[in-house]
Amino acid sequence: MLQKKNNKKNFISLIAVALFLVLVLVLDQIIRPTDKMSMLLTVLQKGSVYALAAVSMNLLNGFTGLFSLGHAGFMLVGAYTYAIFTIPAESRDTVYQYYDAAIRISFPEVLRDNLGAFGTVLGVVLAVLLAGLVAAFFAWLIGLPVLKLKSDYLAIATLGFAEIIRAVFQWGKLGPVTNGSNLLKSFERISTFKLTLGETTIKLSTFVPVLIAVICIALIVLLVNSTYGRSFKAIRDDEIAAEAMGINLAKHKMISFVASSFFAGISGATMAMVLGIAQASNFKSAMTYEILLMVVLGGIGSISGSVIGSMLFVAASEWWLRGLDSGVFLGINAPGIFRNGFRLVVFSVIIMVVVLFFRKGIMGDKELPDLLKPRAKKASKKASKKEVTK
Amino acid sequence: MELLKSVLPYLISGVSVGGQYALIAIGYTMVYGILRLINFAHGDVFMVAGLIMVYLAASMPLYVAIPLMIVLTVALGFAIERVAYKPLRNAPRMSVMISAIGVSYLIQNLALYITGGLNKNYPAIPWISDKVSIFGMETTRVTVITPFLTVILVVALVLLINHTKIGMAMRAVSRDFETAQLMGVKINNVISATFIIGTFLAAVGSMLYFTNYPGVVPTSGGMPGLKAFVAAVFGGIGSIPGAVIGAFIIGICESIIKGLDTILVVNGVIAEQVGFSTFSDAFTFALLIVVLVFKPTGLFGEKTTDKV
Repeated sequence: MLQKKNNKKNFISLIAVALFLVLVLVLDQIIRPTDKMSMLLTVLQKGSVYALAAVSMNLLNGFTGLFSLGHAGFMLVGAYTYAIFTIPAESRDTVYQYYDAAIRISFPEVLRDNLGAFGTVLGVVLAVLLAGLVAAFFAWLIGLPVLKLKSDYLAIATLGFAEIIRAVFQWGKLGPVTNGSNLLKSFERISTFKLTLGETTIKLSTFVPVLIAVICIALIVLLVNSTYGRSFKAIRDDEIAAEAMGINLAKHKMISFVASSFFAGISGATMAMVLGIAQASNFKSAMTYEILLMVVLGGIGSISGSVIGSMLFVAASEWWLRGLDSGVFLGINAPGIFRNGFRLVVFSVIIMVVVLFFRKGIMGDKELPDLLKPRAKKASKKASKKEVTK
Repeated sequence: MELLKSVLPYLISGVSVGGQYALIAIGYTMVYGILRLINFAHGDVFMVAGLIMVYLAASMPLYVAIPLMIVLTVALGFAIERVAYKPLRNAPRMSVMISAIGVSYLIQNLALYITGGLNKNYPAIPWISDKVSIFGMETTRVTVITPFLTVILVVALVLLINHTKIGMAMRAVSRDFETAQLMGVKINNVISATFIIGTFLAAVGSMLYFTNYPGVVPTSGGMPGLKAFVAAVFGGIGSIPGAVIGAFIIGICESIIKGLDTILVVNGVIAEQVGFSTFSDAFTFALLIVVLVFKPTGLFGEKTTDKV
C-alpha cells in the first residue's frame, strides 16, 4: 500500500520535472535577449547553478551534519577544470597571454573533428564530468586530515582549505595551467549551445544548465534515499549512536564529503559555462556564505527547499530587487536612498529575519511532494513509527 | 649578518601585524570561551571601526573622533550580541553560527552601500604615523608601539579577568554555563561584557592596523578576522595568552613569507623570485590545519572530553 503511494508520488514528481524541462526549452525559444522577460532566463541559468551548489552543500550540512564551508574552493576547481579543457586551440594563445599554455587539449574540439556536432556535446559533457572528478579528488585529499574534526573546527578548516586552493590557483608558477591571476575565457559557453535540425535552430542556452542541475539533483536525491543516505542521517542525528549501530563513520563522512564536492565541482563548471569567464578571485568565502544562506532560506535538510531558496535568492538579487539599486522601486522614486548596493542591504536584512525568526526556512525538513500530499506523509510517519515499535 | 639585515624589516613589521591580530584574536577567543561560537562578524566589526574613524575624522578633531569611534564600535558589538545572538541562546550551535555569518554578510553589504564600494582613505593620526628610524631602517612609529600597547592591554585584561568580580563571573560562565547561572551569575550581563571588551580591543586594533594601510574597503575585515581566529585556535581557543602568542607567531610568519622571495634572492639561495608571497594567506590556514590535526586544543587550550 505504502509502496504504491510512494510510487505514485515519485511518478508525479517525475512528470512535473519533465514538464518543467519542456517549459524551459520552450521559454528558451520564445524569449528574445532584448525582451524584459529575458531576466527570467538569466534567473533560470544562474539559479540552476546555485541550486545545484546549494543542494550539494545541503547533502553535507543538512543530511550528514558536517558543517563545511569549503564550497567555493571546490566550485573553483570545477570551473577551472571545465574552462581549461574547453578552450579552443585558436584562442588559447590570446587567453594565456603571459604564459605558455601547458594543457593543449580541448575536449569539444577534438571530438568535433572526429564525431561532428555530437562530438561537441560529448566533449562538453566529458569536461563537466572531469570538473566534478577533479573537485572530488581534491575533496578526498582534504578530507583525509579534516574530516576527523568536529563542528566549528571543521567549518574553519574547510574554509581555510578553500582559501588555500584559491591561492594555489593564482600562483604565478602554475600560470601555464591556470593562467595565474588572470581570467580564463573564450571556452565553450551557453550562448553557443545550439541544435541545428535542417533549417531550424534550437537554442539551448538555458536548457543545458537547467538540465545539468536537474540530473545532478536527481542523483543527490537517489543518494539521500539510499542506504548511504540513511547512514548519513544517522550520523547527523547522533554520531556516537550511529557508530554503535555499526556505521563506519570515517567512510560515510568521506563518501558524503566527496560526493558533495563532486557536485559542487559540476556546479562550478556550469557557472563557468553561464558566465563565460572563470577567475579565481571570484570564488571567495563570501560565495560559500551566500550558498549557505540559500540553504538556510530554503530549510536545512530539504532538497526542494534548497532549490526554491536558491531560485528565490537569485531572482530577488538579479531581478525583483533590481529597482532598489537603480532609483525606482515599486513606483517610488528616491535615487538618494535607492542607489547602488541598497538591494543587497535589504536582502541581507530579509535573510537575518529568516535566520532569527523563521529558523526552519521555507520548507523546514519537508520536501515539495510532501506538501502536496499531507495525508500520505502522516500515514508514512505512522507506519514508520509502528515499524520502530515492533 | 647579511641574513639578519634582510630579515629584520620583515621581522619588525611581523611583530607589529602580530600585535594587531592579537587585539582582534582576544575578541574571538573570549566569545568562543563563553558561548562556543565563532563570531564571524568580529572581523567585520573591526572593519566598521575603521570606517567610523574615516567618517568621524572628516568632521571633527581627532581627540574627539578617536574616543567616539571606540564608543560607537563597542555599541555596535553590544547591539550585535543582543539582536543576533541572544534570541538564539537555546538554539543549536549551528544556528548561532549561521546567524553570525548572516550578520557578517549584512555588515559587509551595509558598508558597501554606504561607501559605494570605494576605498576610503584612513586619516593620518599624528605622532603614531610619524616616521622613525630603528636599527637603521625607516618605519612608522605605530609599528614600534603596537607590540608594547598590545602587551599592556593584554596584561590589563588578564588582571581584570583574574581579580575583579566580572572577571570571576566570566571564568565561571566559560567553565560551565548552566551551573554559573544557577549560582546567580547574570549570564546576559557577562556575555555583553565579553562582547564589549572584545570590540573595544578590536577598535583599538583597527586604529593601529589601518594606519599602516592605504585605506578601508568593505572586505578589509575578512582576512584579518580569519587570521585572528586562526591565531586564537593556534594558541588554544579560550586562552588569552595563547591567542596573543599565536597572533604574534602568525604575524611574524606571514610577514616573513611575504618577503621570502627577496630574502632568499639577497642571500643567494635562489636565483629568481618564485612568488612565495601568494601563499602568505594560505600559510595561515595550512598552520591552522596542522594544529587542528595534531594538537586540536592548541598551545594552551584545555582538553575537553565528549560525553554521550
